[in-house]
Formats: sequence, structure tokens, C-alpha cells
Amino acid sequence: MAAHLLLLALLILLAGGLAALLAGRRSALASNCAAGATLVAALPGLGAALLGLRGAPATLEAAWQVPGGRLLLSVDALSGVFLLAIFVLAPLCALYGAAYLKAQGAERALGGHWFFFTGLVAAMALVVTAAQALLFLAVWELMSLASFFLVAFDHRLAEVRRAAWLYLLACHLGGALLFALFLLAGDLAGSLEFRDFHRLAEADPGVALLLFLLALVGFGTKAGLFPLHVWLPEAHPAAPSHVSALMSGVMVKTGIYGLLRVLTWLPAAPAWWGLLLAGLGILGALYGIALAAVQRDLKRCLAYSTIENVGIIFLGLGLSLYARALGLPLMAALGLAGALLHVWNHALFKGLLFLGAGGLLHATGTRDLNHMGGLLKRLPLSGALLIGGSLAIVAVPPLNGFVSEWLLYLGLLQGATQLSGAAALPPLLLVGLLALTGALALLVFVRLVGIALLGVPRSPAAVTAHEGGASLLLPQALLLSACLAIGLFPGAALGLLAAPLALLAPPGASAALLAVPLAGPGSLAWLLLALVSTAALLLVGLRRRRPRTAGETWGCGYALPSARMTYSAEGFAELAHNRMLPAVLRPAVGGALPAELFPQPVGRAQASADPVLGRLFQPLFAGLGERCVRLRWLQQGKPAVYLAYIFLTGAALMLWSLWALGGG
Amino acid sequence: MSDVNSVILLVVILLNFFTLGSARLVACIRAVALQGALLALLPVTVHGFSGHSLILALGAFTLKGLFIPWLLLRAIREVRIRREMEPLIGLVPTLFLGVLATVAAFLFADRLPLLLEHQEGLLVPASLATMLTGFLLLMTRRKAITQVVGYLILENGIFVFGVLLSTAMPLVVEAGVLLDLLVAVFVMGIVLNQINREFATINTERLSALKE
Repeated sequence: MAAHLLLLALLILLAGGLAALLAGRRSALASNCAAGATLVAALPGLGAALLGLRGAPATLEAAWQVPGGRLLLSVDALSGVFLLAIFVLAPLCALYGAAYLKAQGAERALGGHWFFFTGLVAAMALVVTAAQALLFLAVWELMSLASFFLVAFDHRLAEVRRAAWLYLLACHLGGALLFALFLLAGDLAGSLEFRDFHRLAEADPGVALLLFLLALVGFGTKAGLFPLHVWLPEAHPAAPSHVSALMSGVMVKTGIYGLLRVLTWLPAAPAWWGLLLAGLGILGALYGIALAAVQRDLKRCLAYSTIENVGIIFLGLGLSLYARALGLPLMAALGLAGALLHVWNHALFKGLLFLGAGGLLHATGTRDLNHMGGLLKRLPLSGALLIGGSLAIVAVPPLNGFVSEWLLYLGLLQGATQLSGAAALPPLLLVGLLALTGALALLVFVRLVGIALLGVPRSPAAVTAHEGGASLLLPQALLLSACLAIGLFPGAALGLLAAPLALLAPPGASAALLAVPLAGPGSLAWLLLALVSTAALLLVGLRRRRPRTAGETWGCGYALPSARMTYSAEGFAELAHNRMLPAVLRPAVGGALPAELFPQPVGRAQASADPVLGRLFQPLFAGLGERCVRLRWLQQGKPAVYLAYIFLTGAALMLWSLWALGGG
Repeated sequence: MSDVNSVILLVVILLNFFTLGSARLVACIRAVALQGALLALLPVTVHGFSGHSLILALGAFTLKGLFIPWLLLRAIREVRIRREMEPLIGLVPTLFLGVLATVAAFLFADRLPLLLEHQEGLLVPASLATMLTGFLLLMTRRKAITQVVGYLILENGIFVFGVLLSTAMPLVVEAGVLLDLLVAVFVMGIVLNQINREFATINTERLSALKE
């Protein structure tokens, strides 16, 4: 049943995509076809996800021409978690995108864009349900290619082309490792179907480690795991906002799905795997949020925050592996529940924030925080929604971010108290580091909201900004209410996660989890909500009673204060920039300070390229490229030489087959 | 029947050496035509008279023995060339390499885990030797037309191998291979004329000007 619903959703998506492609130059028609199809497909898709979350796996089989097996789709509890996120976020992004691209549609054909959009949604749904290695790899590549074309939407801009190429490169590198992973696993299990992969549980520790590392790097590249995240801060700003929302919200999570799926096959993980995951996770979280603090590009800042959140999810996964290896089912369940819930939460609030950022971009025409300011007055609804999303992402209690981080803290503290000696040290350390991440996140989003929405406009575009249409605001409002719903009813959300937890956590963990006072954050949130709303009502009442007088802000004695004297995005991040970031991570600051006593014009500029990309990967690949130039003499451009290569290869293969026959 | 097979295959191998050692193009093409015609007999001598083998034999004879050689002879008449000048590796060394390749083919065929009925006879080693010869020709000659001859010999080798399987191999596959060959010859013919026109020579070495 669940698998058939999924098939229906996929067919609707395919039909919508093809219709959009046929509509071609009639952009409005293409947008409507694809967005409509995504909306309609979401209904059976959500049905499939909810049925999957109930726990009973549903499988769909069909014959396939490709050697190596049948076409197998399976919707189980783990797929359900990710399907739900996909089919909640995708229709909202589609609805938003149709309105967002309306202006561009007059100038260029949108058929291709929408074809790839529905293709990406369908490919993601297939990735999390494919139950056969070849099918999985095929749809994984499909997902990468579709998202590549979506990122390259504004391909006339050189920076967008560069970002798209970087993304494609990262995809290919990760994909190559996944090919190795699945072919090796298929060889060990004797079949390419996932249901036979449980035989991997008897693999040697060495082989299991190899499989784990292949999965970690291969899927980690897609998930934006530190230090493989380099494509994220380039690709997210380059893509149109609804695409960034979809990619950051759910596509990145398919990497986490892949790693979780592989972990269900492998033999019980030793404790240090968990520590490795948690360590990379917390490093990524700290790195991501620290760099988010110094970005002046709004969407780049959000992309770095995605790296932070993915780091937090990996921290939860690592925690659960660690606890499982040390025999603490409750701690394992808490870590896993926190991680899975954070997958949903991040899909909701990061989707909301990217859509909100798109709204600001739409209104002002720039992503530069320094050219915004004062937007809350001009865009009250967009501004309020953006503030809501920021509250959710910094884990303020009545919203959902708090619940998942609370579960993670509980898990870590559980470890710190239950374990003894050196084993208790990692969870204890992680508590502190996670708290540091949370504090930095608060700084980042206060800065984002403060610079973009508050104060006075810093550019003419910001002065004339006005609200977009209802179809830009409605998706964000729905996402914010979902954030609020999870924050207020965390028990219900965890109830949905019961089946996936039973599938992934050690036996007995779910029962242990039920004993945790889950009503805690929920009722706390209600109380807080009540307090905040009473306070707000009181404030409004007081304001009504006392008339306000408006006057100039005190300008520190300057006669003619201008908007350029207010805090800039870089100025606000001075603390993070100068005190908290290690020297290697600091953005390069160019320009000179005034050297003389008398005033003179000076310019200062800050450029924050990704340090890992600039200091590690670019030199590495440039060096490799230089060495590979020497291989150019192989390309002689003469047919005879190429034929000789074929001949030599053939001869070598003949010899090898003789050797193999002799050996066998 | 196995004696007839062996004689045919020995002649095929000798013709291999002849094409390797000869600089005259017309003679090469005639040798390949003769080789093709001889090979066309093989389906009948190996599998006996039947509709399947007769069709194979007839198809191979018309294409390999008559049509393609006729096309090639016409082509060299048009581009007016008679001899392979300055091959990349001299004729005698090529001949020597061909002998080595043939020896290697016989040794290799000996070690292959074949069905019992295929272990006797010369079919497998002759097929391998012919393929290797075709490759050698392709690699060592400069003129496009000698390369076409190389392709033909390569295909002849594949054909001998196919005869082993022709009871199992559907006609369609063999027809497909022949069609491929025909198309390849046509394409080469066109390329030949184009090279002739553009570079005033049919020397494929000049193609490296197209590199990058």
C-alpha cells in the first residue's frame, strides 16, 4: 500500500515535470504544471511516509533490464522519516518558487528548471526508498544531476557557474566512493538487494571499517560533513531560494539517510566510530556557526548554519553509536531521537529561513546584509516569519529547535552521569561544546535579524522594499506553524519516531525512552508561550494607553547622522571575528587604516572565502593537476597509438585471465 | 571434415602473413578477399549443410569476398595509390611481430578452458591469430586504406570465433557484425575521401592536427 502510494506520487511528479518541459517557453504554464504536480503528489507521498512510519515495511518489485537484479522499492520506518520531510517541504518550495520566479519567467523559459525541480523531488523520494544497490546508485546520480542543473539556474553569472561546478565535483567524488561501497558490499553479501545486506553483519572488523569509512566520506560529502562541506557555502547562495531551501532542508539529509542505512547492515560499531562521528559533528558545528558569524551574504550565512546543524545531527548519531557500544540503551535512544527529530526540525526551520531570505532578496534585489536594514517596517509579515525561523533555529523553547537539542543534552548528560572514568569525558566535553555552538548560533541570528530587519535602511533598494504576494508568505507561515506545533507537542513528534527508533536503536531503548518525561519541554513551552503572550498583550495595552512620541536617535553628537554610521554586518561580528575565530579561519581584511591625524578617505573590505576550500582542497587539487599534466604525453592524437593502447590492454587482459585461470 | 577445416585455417593464417609482409595495396585487398571467401566456407564445413549455415556462408561470401573488396579496389582507383610507403614499423619487423603474435595465440588457446569438442582443431588459435594480425596492421600502417584492411582482417578473426558458436549464435548477431563492418568501411571510405581532399594525402598521421 505505502509503496503503491509512493509510486503514484512519483508518476504525478514525472507527469508534472514532462508537462513543464513541454510548456517550455510559456513560463507561467510550466510553473503551474510543476508546482501543481508537486502539490498533488505530496498527498500520496505523505500517505506513504506516514504508513512507512508505522513500521511495517512495504515492498514493490518489478523486473528490470539492467543486470544485477530487480527493481526494488521499499518503504520502511527509516524511509518514512525522510519521505515525510521531503513531501512536507517540496510542495511548499514549489508553491513559493512559482511566485518567486514569476518575474524571471517573462524573460526566459522555465520549463527546464521545473523539469529538474520535480526530477529532484522524485529522485530524493527514490533515494530513500530504493532497496537495490544499482537502483540506489542510479537515483543518487539522478538527484545530484538534477540539483546541479537547479544550482546552475543563473548560469550567466560566472560565480554561479563556479559554484555549480564545485558542487558537481563534490558530487562525483562522493559518488565514486559510494560505487565502491555498494559494489564491495554487494560482493560480500552475494547479492545487490538491500534485504540480503544483513549478511554484512558477519564481515571482518577491517572490512566493516572500510565500508564504514567509505559510507562516511561518500555520504558525508552530500550531507556537508566537515571537512567535506566545501560545496555548500558556494552552492546555496548561487541557487534560487526555493531550491536552496529544498537542498538544504532535505537533499542534504539524504546523506544522513544513507549513512544510517549502511549502519543498519554493518556489525555492531565499536565505540570509537561513535566518537569519530560525534567529533566530526561537533567540529563541523563549531566551524559552521563560527564562519556563519562573519558572512555578509545572507544566504551564505544560512548555508554555514546548515553545516552547523548537520554537525549537530552527526553529533547525535555518534552519541547513539557510542552509547550502544558501551551498553547504555537510554542514552543511545536519546541521541538517535535527537538526531532524527533534528532532521525534521532543520528541514522545517532552514526551509523557512531560506524562503524568508528569498523574500528579502526578492524585495531588495541583494543578498548583502549591509544593503538591507529597516526591513521589518517595510516587510512586517516577512520580517516576523524570519524572526520566527531564527528563534526556532537558535533553540528558543516554544519552538521545535529546542526539543531536539534538549534530547541531545539529555543524552549527553545521561552519558556523563552513567559512565565512569575516561568514558564519561567525551559526553561531558560535548555538553560544553554544544552549548558553545548554541551561544554562537544565538549571536549569528541576532546579527542576521538585527542587521537585515532592524535599524534604518542602508540602501535605496531597502527603502523602497515591499511585501511579495501571498504565495510567497503562505509557505513560510505553514512552516513556522509546523515549527511551533513540534515545539508545543514534542510527544506527538516522538510518537511518530517510535518505529524508526525501534528499527535503529538497540532493543529496549524505545521502552526506556518512554520513561523520559517528554511532557517536560512541551508543558514548559506552553507555560512560556502563555507568559510571552501575556507580556506581549500587556505591552500592547500599555502602549495604547500612553501615546508615543517619535524623535531622532541620539547621534553621538554628530550633526548629520546617516545610515552608513550604523553597525555594519562586519562590525557586529567583530567579537566573533577578532576574539573567537582562530587565525586560520579569520576572513581576510583588506585596505588600510587611516595613518594620519587628519581625516582622509580609507577603504576596508572583508572577504570570507571558505578556509578549508582555500587552504586545503584548492592547493591539493591544483598540485594534483600539475602532476597529472605529465600524463599528457599519453594523448598523442595518433590513431595508431590509441590502437596500440587497446592492443596492449587486450593482451594484458588475456595474460591476466590466464593467470586467474591458473590460480583458480 | 576436420582436415578441410585445418587446411582452410592454415591458408587463412598464411594470408595473414602475406598481408603483413606486402606493401602492394591491391595485393593486400585481394588477399583479404580470398581470406573472406575461404572463411565463408567454414560454417558449412564445420556444421554441415543446413539453412542456417548456408545463409551465413552466402552472406559472408558476398560481403567479405565480393562486395567490400570491390568497394576498396574502387576507392584506391579513385585516390590513385598503389603502395604502402613508409609504414610506422618496417615490413619485416611487422612480419616478425605477426609470427610472435601467432605463436602467442596458439599458446594462449592451448591454456584456455574450452569445451572438449573445441580443444582439437585450429579454430580458436587461428581466430586469435587473425585478430592479432588485424590489430598489428591497424597499428603499424599509415594509409587509411591499409587500416580498412586491418579492420577487415580483425573482423575475419571474429567471424572464425563466431563459427564456433554459430549453432548457439543467432543469425541476427552475425548479421549485426557484418552490418557494422559494412558501415565501418563506408565511413572509412568517406573519411578517406575527406582526408584526401583536405590534406591532399590519405595519410592518417596528419589527423593528429585535429588533436584538441
